Amino acid sequence: MQTVTRAPSGALERDTARARPAEQTRPGWRTGLAGAMKRYGPYAEAALGAVTAIGMLLTIWAALVYAPTDLIEGPVQRIFYIHVPMAWLAYLAFFLVAAASVMYLITRDDRWDWFARANAEIGAVFTTFVLITGSLWGKSFWGAWWVWDARLTTTLILWFIYVVYLVVRSFWGRTAQGARNAAVYGILAFFVVPINYEAVTWWRTLHPSEVLPLGGTPQLPPAMVIALLLSLGAFTLLFAFLLLQVYRLERAQATVERLRAQLEEE
Amino acid sequence: MRLAWGQLWAIVGKDLRLELRTRQVWMSMGVFALLALLIFSFAFDLRVENKAAVGPGALWVAFIFASMLGLGRNIAAEQERGPMDRLLLCPVDRTVIYLAKVIGNVIFIGVVEAVALPVFAALYDLPIITGLIVLITLLGTIGIAAVGVIFSALAANTRAREFLLPLLVFPIIIPVVLGSVRATEALVNPIHGDPPWLGLIIAFDIICLSVSAILFQFVVEE
Repeated sequence: MQTVTRAPSGALERDTARARPAEQTRPGWRTGLAGAMKRYGPYAEAALGAVTAIGMLLTIWAALVYAPTDLIEGPVQRIFYIHVPMAWLAYLAFFLVAAASVMYLITRDDRWDWFARANAEIGAVFTTFVLITGSLWGKSFWGAWWVWDARLTTTLILWFIYVVYLVVRSFWGRTAQGARNAAVYGILAFFVVPINYEAVTWWRTLHPSEVLPLGGTPQLPPAMVIALLLSLGAFTLLFAFLLLQVYRLERAQATVERLRAQLEEE
Repeated sequence: MRLAWGQLWAIVGKDLRLELRTRQVWMSMGVFALLALLIFSFAFDLRVENKAAVGPGALWVAFIFASMLGLGRNIAAEQERGPMDRLLLCPVDRTVIYLAKVIGNVIFIGVVEAVALPVFAALYDLPIITGLIVLITLLGTIGIAAVGVIFSALAANTRAREFLLPLLVFPIIIPVVLGSVRATEALVNPIHGDPPWLGLIIAFDIICLSVSAILFQFVVEE
């Protein structure tokens, strides 16, 4: 335990020391922005939380009441308004993990690492819900909880990559080495996912994409499109709100570990 | 450029010489691959009508598990004897080290596969020993080694490294698994209009090799 906590101390201090002078020596809009964030940040966050809550309530109403019942699929089709936005955001989070990893390797700023980690955590949760809601829909419409369809398989692989990312991160600990390792894994995984999708598409093309109509296609009645856009907006706000919270948690955990390591050294 | 080639072959030669001295990794990988094939022939019902469907899968699972064993042992040996640190002290580009490690592992795994393939063909009685199987195996092995080398370097500086390696590698090499198994299946049982699996493996190899070659420097950085 001691070796694990002592190792990050030097690395973290070095990293924050590297980040700090740059902020202090550069006055102007950057410090102005930081000050404004400090003063109005809590209000902005509370406002974001409130808007998210209203948006989620509206989404529930739109999905359950406002949108018409699908003639073929029946009421179970309403799961689509939760499933599709979460799937899009899960893939967005995956892209953000890779982008933040690239930025971390370039800048070596811990904040990018926290951002990547927060995205991976929320992405893993969202992907889990995508798989669960998809299974519920599949059981009703296809008669099976799971089929080895290309899109389903790719999402399952994505879920595994997220889970492995989080598991190995807990093994690597909060060291600079661990952050670099995780960044390398995140970037490589990102490049492989398109090939993966291509491979499983060739492997199994049981269910064409028309089974899950994407938003904006002309077959969808306008009320459905509105409901989908509303839920997409609400879930995006939820994603941003959660991201903010998890990011702050990551930062707090890093600070705690640094302080604990300092105490142990003294 | 010529300097880099010289360095590349020097590192590959060093690894091969080290391995030839003890042959530990080769022996354990080879025995493991054969054992896996044996276990599979018990686990699956190998009657005439379904062995063509099961055989290629069994072959590749054996290859992949044996490669994991080899990659894990390689890194453990590096850690115990410490040649990696000394290698990093040499004025050699990190990309060259990475490529040399990939070539070395392709040779290691390739030798084991060359032994296991005829045994597989005999045990399962499948006519797969053609020129094309060499190409499929080579391309698949390059894919496994390209991902395996960088991830074993990632796993090397942690506790529980042997158990982390397959965790890291398996979700990433799924295209290679799919591609090589299907391509091998097509040898036994040609299907008309089969997608170009070999092209997929080549694309995977190129992407993984180039991305990992760039990223490797961050893994071994101190």
